[in-house]
Amino acid sequence: MSAAPAEAAGLRFAPRPGAAPARRMIAAQALQEIRQLVRNGEQLTLTLIIPLLLLTAFSLENLVNLGAGMTRVDFLTPGVIALAVMSTAFTSQAIATGFERRYGVLKRLGAEPLSRGGLIAAKTACVVVVELLQAVIIMGVALALGWSPDASPAAIVTVPLLVLLGTAAFSGFALLMAGTLRAEATLAGANLIYVVLLGVGGVVFPLSKFPASVRPVLELLPTGALSTALRDVLARGAGLPLAETVALAVWAVAGIALATRLFRWE
Amino acid sequence: MNNVAAVEITSLVKRYGDKTAVNGLTLTARRGEVTALLGPNGAGKTSTIEICEGYRKADGGAVRVLGLDPAADGARLRPRVGVMLQSGGIPPAVPAREYLTLLSKFHAHSLDPDGLLETVGLSGSARTPYKRLSGGQQQRLSLAAAVIGRPELVFLDEPTAGMDPQARHATWDIVTGLREAGVSVILTTHFMEEAERLADHVVIIDNGAVVADAAPSELTGSDGQLRFQAESGLDTDSLLAALPAGAAAKESPSGHYVVETQGAVDPATLAAVTAWCAERGVLPSSLRVESRTLEDVFLELTGKDLRDT
Repeated sequence: MSAAPAEAAGLRFAPRPGAAPARRMIAAQALQEIRQLVRNGEQLTLTLIIPLLLLTAFSLENLVNLGAGMTRVDFLTPGVIALAVMSTAFTSQAIATGFERRYGVLKRLGAEPLSRGGLIAAKTACVVVVELLQAVIIMGVALALGWSPDASPAAIVTVPLLVLLGTAAFSGFALLMAGTLRAEATLAGANLIYVVLLGVGGVVFPLSKFPASVRPVLELLPTGALSTALRDVLARGAGLPLAETVALAVWAVAGIALATRLFRWE
Repeated sequence: MNNVAAVEITSLVKRYGDKTAVNGLTLTARRGEVTALLGPNGAGKTSTIEICEGYRKADGGAVRVLGLDPAADGARLRPRVGVMLQSGGIPPAVPAREYLTLLSKFHAHSLDPDGLLETVGLSGSARTPYKRLSGGQQQRLSLAAAVIGRPELVFLDEPTAGMDPQARHATWDIVTGLREAGVSVILTTHFMEEAERLADHVVIIDNGAVVADAAPSELTGSDGQLRFQAESGLDTDSLLAALPAGAAAKESPSGHYVVETQGAVDPATLAAVTAWCAERGVLPSSLRVESRTLEDVFLELTGKDLRDT
């Protein structure tokens, strides 16, 4: 710069305010969310490495008696997809948003033209993009391990619908935790819930192995409902499993309604 | 439209539980000027600013920012107003340039992130994550983020807190540049020098209310003062008797003497003080003749020393 800094600055600072188009703002924020997720190794482990590890290990070795009348990889793939959705939409999103709140990032973003709705849209777009990536990688590995889905053509519609409902349910509760608890409590709580639902969500351990008294409850928890529904569609050629779909929809409405009411930006 | 004040606050009240942070505060910040809110910690500066920014709701009174209500017209105000929070707000792992580039996408006519990094002296740290920047660098990135959208009005909450003198001067240059470009600036500070240097208009706040509101030169006036240090406990009454009429003399704190005059200190007053010292065999040290500072005004108005808060 040849001019004195203040002079040059004076020219450039001349006010010319204006919001960018909403689409551009949301795209920029969504890209930023993805960038931050990729930068964070722990989140990536959670969303990709753990599901792939479980899929591979439990497919290759008879670690659990599945007793479900299907091959191990056919049983595991739908469950691992459900786990991947939970890790991205719930655990990872809750932790990231909790710390953004703690660091005042959400507060500061609130001063930008990007609306709160726009921010949520960007976060959702990030989750969906990561889920697509997870789905491609998980299904690729599953096919390599001998996965042969037994699904009706309608699965092209029902699987994305179920994943979308699951994503809405998990996101609602992720934002509820992130927006109400301290960041450390969200970190601990979201990881704990992840591990518990990994165990009792029909991911690698069949829900049929659980006592009949708790089984219906486990099947209606978000992870259980999603894994059971995906398994019915992908391994048994079912249409849209009604009970699980309704359960996911109820979780989604409840989570989003609570988050909308209780979320605190700072 | 430009007749509308940048900020107009009338009888603002803000309570947190049973504590009243802002207690009937009234002020007007004109367009194109730098307005400094000056006061000790806990005076209500940040509460006032954050109500203007739309972060908090007032419990009483009225606030207009660029003629709009920040609580109701946030969507219309946000593109026009730049915000620098007192601390934080930037993701710790995100590099400086990446953050500014993101914010530039939110505005229709934003400044170029690279040019702005250069202006705030962060070109060499463009790829450094926020958490690895020094405190002063973090503040400057935060300042850059407040202005990247080419706002009409910026709120800077303690923009130079924790900065070394060099960074502070660089920040002052930017505030001056903003003012020259016609941007209205509202800043909070507890540095007297900052307010005296930058502000067209200083509002002194204490206990949630305005105690003085004028141009710095009006607040300090033309009165002068003479300061010196000597052994404590000298008889200031006899000093006063030796001085021309209208002057005042006091010892505050112990061993520090101040003679205040109406109008500038004149040679006769200086001679009277040194003669008085000579009579007592006292050698005054650090003897200074100065005009009154905002600091003196503040002390007089609030009974508090800003540096101690």
